[in-house]
Order: sequence, then structure tokens, then C-alpha cells
Amino acid sequence: MNTLMLSRLQFASTTMFHFLFVPLTLGLSIMVAYMETRYVQTGDEKYLRMTKFWGKLFLINFAVGVVTGITLEFQFGTNWSGYSAYVGDVFGSLLAIEAALAFFLESTMIGVWVFGWKRLSKKAHATVMWLVAGASNVSAIWILTANAWMQHPVGFTMRDGRAELVSFLQVITNKFALLTILHTIGAAVLLSAFFVMGISAYHLLKKQHREIFTTSFRIGLVFGLVASVFTVINGDWHAVHVTQVQPAKLAAMEAHWETTTRAPIHLFAIPDEAAEKNRVQIGSIPGVLSFLGHHNMDAEVIGLRDIPRDERPPVLPTFLSFRIMVALGTLFPLLMIIGWFKRNKLEESPTYLKIMMWSIPLPYLAIQMGWLLAEIGRQPWIVYGLMRTSDAVSPVSTLQVATTLGGFFVVYGLLGALGFYLIATNAKKGPALAPAA
Amino acid sequence: MDLQVTWFFLWGLLWAVFFMTDGFDFGVGALYPFLAKSERDKRVMINSLGPMWDGNEVWLLTAGGVTFAAFPKVYAVMFSSLYSALMLLLFALIIRGVSFEFRGKIDDPRWTKLWDGCIFICSALPAILFGVAFANIFKGIPIDAQGIYHGNLLTLLNPYGLLGGVLFLMLFLVHGALWLANKTDGDLQKRAVAAAGKLWPVLLVVAVAFLAASKFATGLYDNYIAHPALFLVIAATVAALLATRLLMARGDYFKAFLASATTIGGATFYGVIGLFPNMLPSTIRPYFSLTAYNASSSPLTLKIMLTVVVLFIPLVIGYQLWAYRLFWGKVTDEDLSGDYAY
Repeated sequence: MNTLMLSRLQFASTTMFHFLFVPLTLGLSIMVAYMETRYVQTGDEKYLRMTKFWGKLFLINFAVGVVTGITLEFQFGTNWSGYSAYVGDVFGSLLAIEAALAFFLESTMIGVWVFGWKRLSKKAHATVMWLVAGASNVSAIWILTANAWMQHPVGFTMRDGRAELVSFLQVITNKFALLTILHTIGAAVLLSAFFVMGISAYHLLKKQHREIFTTSFRIGLVFGLVASVFTVINGDWHAVHVTQVQPAKLAAMEAHWETTTRAPIHLFAIPDEAAEKNRVQIGSIPGVLSFLGHHNMDAEVIGLRDIPRDERPPVLPTFLSFRIMVALGTLFPLLMIIGWFKRNKLEESPTYLKIMMWSIPLPYLAIQMGWLLAEIGRQPWIVYGLMRTSDAVSPVSTLQVATTLGGFFVVYGLLGALGFYLIATNAKKGPALAPAA
Repeated sequence: MDLQVTWFFLWGLLWAVFFMTDGFDFGVGALYPFLAKSERDKRVMINSLGPMWDGNEVWLLTAGGVTFAAFPKVYAVMFSSLYSALMLLLFALIIRGVSFEFRGKIDDPRWTKLWDGCIFICSALPAILFGVAFANIFKGIPIDAQGIYHGNLLTLLNPYGLLGGVLFLMLFLVHGALWLANKTDGDLQKRAVAAAGKLWPVLLVVAVAFLAASKFATGLYDNYIAHPALFLVIAATVAALLATRLLMARGDYFKAFLASATTIGGATFYGVIGLFPNMLPSTIRPYFSLTAYNASSSPLTLKIMLTVVVLFIPLVIGYQLWAYRLFWGKVTDEDLSGDYAY
């Protein structure tokens, strides 16, 4: 174990942990803002109680999301100083803009929302939550643009051994960024939908707070139906783009070794990287990969054998994470469509409700798989085609990184457990019985 | 005006605002076990911070982000050199953040006590660590031509570094006490005012000691001697510190708080002006130092970032001031009974 491996493990685990909480912030903020707006429009106390209930869960989640985000801004400097010095022009700017435009608004307005119920008019207070929702999603846009630049660097030139910005416009209109943003926000809304629907299902199965949770379930369902379909569709666009600009990632995520036209897809495979082929290959359908990647069965898809060995990502993790994500991503719209047909008879569908309750973790898994694909699939590059991860690490001692990595496991482990415990217990408690203050 | 010089001072400004705002959050947290004599007192103290602390903390993220964007080499070398100190700071900030939210969620005295302890430690520690970090930045750290740090955490805990830690702690304690003088009433307020009164003379002594020590440990005064008009900055900062005490004595806690904020801002600029154009001086060789000139981004990046900052930071200050005004006044029982109150 050296500094590089430990730093990679640390960055990966702290980012994955942060992203356990971020999607719910992005999606649930929109739903809570919508619920509060319905309250303002209708004056119906039901919506106020809903807002306060889901808002409570939102705030527990938000707190852990915020604090684990600070870690990431620090970590580019602490553990990846080589990278930071190399790409500060472009990447640093995007991060600074994220803070100036989005973090400030999000963090200031959440304080106002939490504490300002009695100091603002109903309409103003609801607007504040829309600002929180807007700012969180704007923040996602900037950081995803930064990640997209790592995946597909544009708008720069190399000077004095550094990447220097040449066109800010190109950086912010990077097609990779647009596709990542659509896909990530779609997935976040989808996760939030499952969260709302699953918890609502719990209460509906217990036949308690029926009005609140029937309405909540249906709100979740509308968001979920749109998001699940949307995320699948733009996922396809994203993969087509990856085929063009990250051929190594595409080859790895499909365990595709031989450059060929009419390239096949394998439902399942176990790659043998040394022998440069698949030891196991199940469910291979010719031509489908060419079609998926290029919308043309006769198109050529580059195989791993034609990519230099030291430019190939680890094949098995890339392949598996992609498969798991897609499998789940296919399941999600189905669950939503079933829900749509049952939306007026939820209490007569206990099996479906139970499935939705137990399905809450599934979008969490899908999203983590997606990020593993995105980041492992980009290896060995930290900036695709430009800088290797191994050249980016800070000159800090192995002991230091081992200590902080251990520290994160302990602190995050405790925080995560407590956070989810508090969310679960408060979710089960249900909304306040008395009319909300 | 020179882009790099402009950015140097904007960088300093962001740190100054961070210390003026999150500084009182740290101060209140550090005073927590000493001023709170009841559960209500504790809740009043943390609810006084409630609406503001998260937005205040973002000034740190922006200062860090701007360091990355405008002076990437400084960001890279500073954050990797100060690895252990920054990670310690980070853990403190993480735990502080969730403490406020988690504390009231379970009705068990052991649970509450745990988070109370966290609030205290994770407010006092960052105050000290920021002081240690900045004192060492003023003094210089052993970085070589490649920007590699030839030291460790203990290197930073030198006498001048520790004095810096004490200085920041004292500044934030007084600042926090004055925040409470404005936001609380009854016995708690009396205790806050008394604390500010007792802490201020200690702060004065530490401040004078720091000003003197800086002559021996750092090259901060070189700029001042070369441009004596700059001594006005130090004079104004000291004046603000004295005004803090006078306004406290007169019972004008609002103006005293503003004077305290000015003192903190002035102290930050004292260091920043003294540093110029260095951002991370090297104690190995002066020419290994990172400066605003040799560590900055390209002119295009600096221009774009300048546009963003000029457009958005005044907006941020505007709505943050609006939030301060919205919540101005004492923390009341009604505040404490809110659904989401801490």
C-alpha cells in the first residue's frame, strides 16, 4: 500500500459517501418546495404537514451531505496537489464558481427556511425552498462540468507543463458535461422519488396518515415516472458520446476485446486481462454493441486489444458496475409504470407497496455503480488522455494518508449510521399530529 | 490594476470575511460549556447561530476555491504541506456541522452530552488551527524548489504558530461573546458581557505580543517600513480593538460587535499586506517562495473569475446581510419552540 493507492481509496470512498446524501438533497428539495407551494396555493393543512415531515428528513440528510462535501474541496489540494497545480486554471475556476454562485445561496437560504417560518410570509417562505432547490442543482451543474472536463478536456492548451484555459465557453458547453448533468439530476430525482414512495408505502401498509402518504406517494410517482424514463433515455445518449470520446471506457464497460464491425454485446462476462479475452462470455448478441454505440450495426467498435495496455481501465469493475446500473435502470421505469396503474388503489396493492418500500436502497446502489463506472472507467487517466492518476498525487507520507483514511472510515461510518438511523426513525414516526406551528 | 495584485487582495478579503463571520460561530461554540448553565441556555446559544453558521462557513469554501482557481500552485502546495493540520480542521468542521442538527434528535442526556462536547471541541479546535496555519503562512514554511514540504504537523506548532493559534482563539471568543450579548437576554446575556469583558484584556495582551513577535519571526513589517502609510492599517485595527472595549463599557453591544468584526478583518489584512507579494514564503530559500506572480493562473482565468466575483459576491453579501437583518434580535422562547429549532 502506497500513498497513491491510499489516496485513491480515500478519494473514492469519501466521494461515494458524499454521494449517498447528495441525490436526495437535489431531488427532495424540489419535491418539498412543490409541496409547500401547494400549501400556499390551496391553504390545505395537509400540504403543510407534508412539507414539514419530508422537510425534517431532508434536513438530516442535508446536514451530512454538506459536511462531507467540504472534504472533497480540501482533498483536491491535500491528496492530489499534482493534479491541482496542473489543472487549477480550468478545474479550480469551476469549483470557485460553484461556491460563489451556488453554495452561498443554498447554505444561506436553508438557514432562512429552517428558522424563518414565522418571520416570512407563506409565499416568501416557499420561495426560499425553491431557492435552496435551485441552488443545489446549480451547484451540481458546476461540479459535474468540472468532472466532465476531466473526462473530456476541452477549451484549453498546454503551457509550461500546465493546462491553461483558452475558452471558458467551450468548457461550459462541453457536450460531456450536458449529458452528465442531465443523467445525474435525473438519477437524483429518481432516488428521491423512491425515497418518498418507499416511506409513504410503509405508512400506507400500516394504514396510518393515509391522506398525507397517498398524496406523497403520488407526487413521488409523477417525479419518479418522468425521471426513470428520462434517465434511461439520456443514459443512452451518454453512452453513445462515451463511445466517441472515451473508447477505452466503452471497450472496458462492455468487455469488448476485438475491434470489429457488428460488435456483439455480452450480457455477462468475466474478463481475463492477461490473455486479452473473456474467460466467460454469456448471452452474446452480435451487432448490438455497434448499434448501441453508433446506431449502426455495421459500425466499428474499438476493442481493448487496440488500446495500449497501460491505457486500459480495470475491465471487471468497469464492466460489472455498468451492468448493475443498467439492470437497475431498466427495473426502475417498470416499477413506476406499475405504480401509475395502481395509483388510485394503492391500499389494495400491499405487495406493490412492500416492493416499493424495500426498493429504497436500489437507486442508491445504481447511482454508486454509475459513478464507479464513470471514474474507474476513466483510469489510468485523471484527465482523460492528458494526465495519469499516478502522476497527480501529493508528496505526503503513506502514514499520513493511512491515518486520515482510517479516520474517515471511523467518522463517516458513525455519521452514516447515525444519519440513516435518524432518517429511518423519523420517517417511521410520521408527521406531527397537532396542527403545524 | 494588475490582475494578480487584484486577486491577491480579493483572496485576502475572502479570508477576512470568513473570519469575521464564522469566527463568531467558533467563538460561541468555544464558550458553550462556560456560559450555558441550563438546557435552555445551550439551546439559545446554538439557535443564535442556527440561521447563519452554514452560510458563514461557505466563505471558507470560497476562499479555498479561489485559492485553487487563482493561485493553483499555492492551493496545491499549501493544502498538501499543511495536510495533517487541514485534515484535523476538516474533521472538526464535519463533526461541528452535524452536531447542531443531530443534538436535539434523541431525547437522551447521554446523546445530548456527546454532541455538546463535540460542539465545544469542534469550535475551539478550528479557531486554534486557523491561527496556527496563518501564523505559519506569515512566517513561512520549509518548502523546496518543487514545493515539497520538509516538515510535519509539529513543525507548525512552533512558538509563533502557537501564538497565532491563541490570538485567533481570543479574537473569536470575544467576537462570539459579543454576538451573544446581542442575541441573548437575562442572565445568559449578563454572563456573555462579563466574559467579553474578562477576555478582552487577554486578547489585547496576546495581540500586542503577536505584533511584536511578528517583527522577529516574520518579514511582515518589510512592506510597512517600505510604505509607512500602510501602518495606518495596523493603527486602524488597534483602534477597532480599543473601540470594542469602549463600546462594550457603554453597553452598545451592536457597535462593539461591529468593532470586533473590524478588528478581525483588520488583523487578517495586517498579515495579508505584510505578506505581499508572497503567498507561501519558503524558509529554506526566499526564492522558493510562492508569490502572487509565480503561482497564479493564466490571465484569462483571472479575468473570468474576476467577472464572476464582481458580479456575484456583492449579491451574496446583500442576501447574507438581509438574512442577518431578518433574524436580528434576541432568541426567544417562540424561536426555541419552532419545529426545526436546534
